Order: sequence, then structure tokens, then C-alpha cells
Amino acid sequence: MLLEGFMLRALAGGIGIALVAGPLGCFVVWRRMAYFGDALAHGALLGVALGFALEVDPNLTTLAAFVLFALILTGLQGRQELATDTLLGILSHGALAMGLVAVSFMDPLRVDLMGYLLGDILSVSVVDLAWIFGGGALVLVVLAALWTNLLTMAVHEELARAEGVPVAAMRLVLMMLMSVVILLAMKIVGILLITALLIVPAATARHFARTPETMALLAAMFGGMAVLGGLFASLTWDTPSGPSIVAAAVLLFSVSALARGLVQR
Amino acid sequence: MRLAKPPPSPPPSSPQTLPGGPPLIASHGLFVEAGGNTVLSGVEMEVRPGEIVTMVGPNGGGKTTLVRALLGLQPLSGGSVTRRPGLRVGYLPQRFQVDIALPITAGRFLSLASRADAAQREEILREVGAAHLIGRMLANLSGGELQRVLLARALLKQPELLILDEPDQGVDVTGRLDLFDTIAGIRSRRGCGILLISHDLHLVMSSTDRVICLNGHVCCSGHPSSVVRHPAYIDLFGTRAASGLAVYTHEHDHTHSEAPPPEGAP
Repeated sequence: MLLEGFMLRALAGGIGIALVAGPLGCFVVWRRMAYFGDALAHGALLGVALGFALEVDPNLTTLAAFVLFALILTGLQGRQELATDTLLGILSHGALAMGLVAVSFMDPLRVDLMGYLLGDILSVSVVDLAWIFGGGALVLVVLAALWTNLLTMAVHEELARAEGVPVAAMRLVLMMLMSVVILLAMKIVGILLITALLIVPAATARHFARTPETMALLAAMFGGMAVLGGLFASLTWDTPSGPSIVAAAVLLFSVSALARGLVQR
Repeated sequence: MRLAKPPPSPPPSSPQTLPGGPPLIASHGLFVEAGGNTVLSGVEMEVRPGEIVTMVGPNGGGKTTLVRALLGLQPLSGGSVTRRPGLRVGYLPQRFQVDIALPITAGRFLSLASRADAAQREEILREVGAAHLIGRMLANLSGGELQRVLLARALLKQPELLILDEPDQGVDVTGRLDLFDTIAGIRSRRGCGILLISHDLHLVMSSTDRVICLNGHVCCSGHPSSVVRHPAYIDLFGTRAASGLAVYTHEHDHTHSEAPPPEGAP
């Protein structure tokens, strides 16, 4: 296998993301926020398009799009006429559609649409790595510090509230952590498949875990394995990196589900 | 005998003083509105140390809303709630269900609630008859088992007031009798006040000191045997409910055969 600089950077970046996405992904699974992750990720495309249109750093406009989304969602959730998944669906697909329309007006040489949608892990730079490991460490520190509160809330939100957990603040923190991870992971797996990196390793880990903590650790491990396998496939068969990583993660999930089913018989 | 460490702040009132002393918690002219509807209007109620107060009433009558208001989870549109300063409350919420995706044992779930050590957790689980559940996955427990684990969790903080929102849901009739025995036992051992929501007044009757019948407002309240004869109670639940009570109060041994099928049981 070629171990050139870009390859090492890709590996380091991918594994860095997997280590953070695993534990955070557990909360996405426990709190059923998968659709919310999709909506955020699609909002990122709108943010990127906005950045190019306004000629400012797309990372900034993407962050702005996240904040806007979080506000819209919090505002809409209080109303009872429509279920949250319907609202999320409108927001999510609306953002994706508008993002795609906006990007179509732009010079294809300036905006690498496929790179944003499907990820371009082989172009990870040293600066990207610094962001991934710096931001990733921050996310893990916050998760660890608030672990008991977040876990109590995942078990039962009303009970957590009655026991004095600041539920609204915790919800906001989870939203922000997801935004950060999506921003960091955009280059690795792309906007369309980011949620998979959050939920598939966590779901795989569920097959083997008996405590929330082992589930978080195993999710990080399975994510790392998916990155290794996906990158290897991407290099060998020249397939796009993001889909290859997610395909590897789903393969791991299927094998573990089958193994688990056989053991239980 | 129970050998719990002495609690940090004032100990639970001793059974000798029951049911007396100033109220643990009380509502004064409480109003709650939700979505333009008045859910509760002018509710006056209180729970004193060592007494079991049972709240009954039709669905949508505002029982859970009142509990949430007492806990400070529900904004009030009028009136007030007073709590004894520093009151420790244990709460068992309605419709508790743990996502199967979250792997957590009953023991770990208890450890999330407080820094009590493992021995204390086991002891409290034994008190509610759930010691054998400590290593079981929370999501795999039956309705009755889960309620006992929740009860243990509520007791971990040495509460002076227990608020139990339909602890008998998802529990069959035999299990309900056991559960209410356990709850009555907790009261007599610990002397804490208990506010209980139940659909089945007949079963909780024998261990209840006071009944509050709630349907948007307090329709009637008092000793269970007087409440069931109250016109407002009969209006709400019909004469059959009132006469059915006689069977339960006088023939405790035969509740299994004479009990109606549990409503809404799956």
C-alpha cells in the first residue's frame, strides 16, 4: 500500500473523525436524532453555497446556517400541528434543494460540488487535521464533562428535568456538538452521508455493549475500522472515499448483526 | 432492619408525628392553561408528612399537569405552589420507557441518580423487592419490575415527599396489590408523604389517607370512604364505582377473582 503524505493525512483525519463521531453518535441513536443530523448536514450545503456567493469563508456561513437551523427548529418544535420528523423533513430537503440550486449558479471550477456531497478525504490538508483534532478533542471533553447529565436525559428527559438537569441547555449543547462534528466531517464523508458515520458505528456497537460507556468506546472503534476499510477500498478500486467508508461501516454492521443473531440461537 | 446512613439534612419525619406538621407541599388557587384551554382552575391541595394522598379523576382531568406544576415542570398561569424549604422530592414519572438502543442496567441507572455507594443501592432495591433486578437491562424489564426500579431510584435521595404518577400502569391486578403494599410499607418505614395518582381507587383505598378527585378543579376530597359517596365522585365515576368499592373494602382476599379486567391492558 502506498503510504504517501496524502494517504497518511487521510487516515489520520478519518480516524480522528471516527473517534468523535462514535460517542456522539450514541446520543444520536439514543435520542433518535438521526433525522436531525441529516437536516443539519443538508443545511451545511446551503451554508457553503452562501459562503461562495458572498465571497466569505464557507465555514463561517455554514456555522451561521447551523445556528439559524437550531433556532428554526426550537421555534417550530413547540407547535403541535406537525410532527417533528415532518418539520425536519421539510427543513432538510428544503436546504438540500436550495443548496443544490444555489451551487448550480456557480462556476464548477470554483465549487467542487461532488467533493462537498460525497467527501474528498484524499485532499485533507495539515490545516484540516489541526481542525479535526482540535475540534474533536473539544467535543470529547464536553461530552465527558456532561456525560451523567446527558445520559440521564437520554434515559428519560422528564425525569432528568425533575432532578434538576438543565435539559434545554443540554439539548442546545448536543445540537452544537453535532454541528461541530458535521462541519469537521464534511470533507471526510461528505454532506449526504455524514449521519451514517454518526449512527452506523453506534448501532453496530449496540450489538456488543452492556453499558453506555462500552457502547461509546466500541462505536469509536467500529468507526475507525470503517475508515480503514473504506480508505483501502477507495485506493484499491478508485471509489469515492465517503461512500466507501460508509459502505464499510454498513458491512461491519451487517456482519455483527448476523453474528449476534447466530449467537442468540 | 434497615441500616441507612443518617441523611445529610433534616431526617424524614418519624412515624410518631404522622400525619401532622405543616404541609410538605401545597398549591394555592392554582391555574394552568395550555393551548388556550384552562387545564386546572383554582386547585387547592396539600400533602402533609407521613400521609398518602391519592389523586383520582378522568383522563384529561389534569392529574399529571398538577403533579408537573408541583414539581416546577409546568408554568403556572395563576396561583402558587409552596414547598417546605429544602424539601427533597422523589418522582416517578408516567409512561416511563427506555429505548432498547440504550444499554443500561438497573444498577447503573440508580448510580446515575446519586453518589450513594453500591451497598446502599442494593439495600434500597431490596426494600422495594427488586434486588434481583440490579444487573438486568432496563429496557427488558416488565412494567411492574420497572416501576420498582424507579421507586428505588426515587428513594435513593431519602425523599421527604414521593410523587408517583400512575405507578400501577402496565402492572396486572395481582402485581398492583403487591406494589401498593410496597408503597404503604415505604410510608410506614420512612414516614415520608406520598402523592399518588391512580386510576384504581379500589386497590389503593385501604392504604390511602385522603383522596382528591380532580377534574379540572378539585371536585371533592377527603377520606376515601366519604369521597366515594360524594355526589361529585358518583357523577364522574358512576354508582357502580361507588358500590363496587364495598366489595373491595370488605373482601380483600377475593380481589383476584372479582377484579375487573385491567383497562387498556395490552
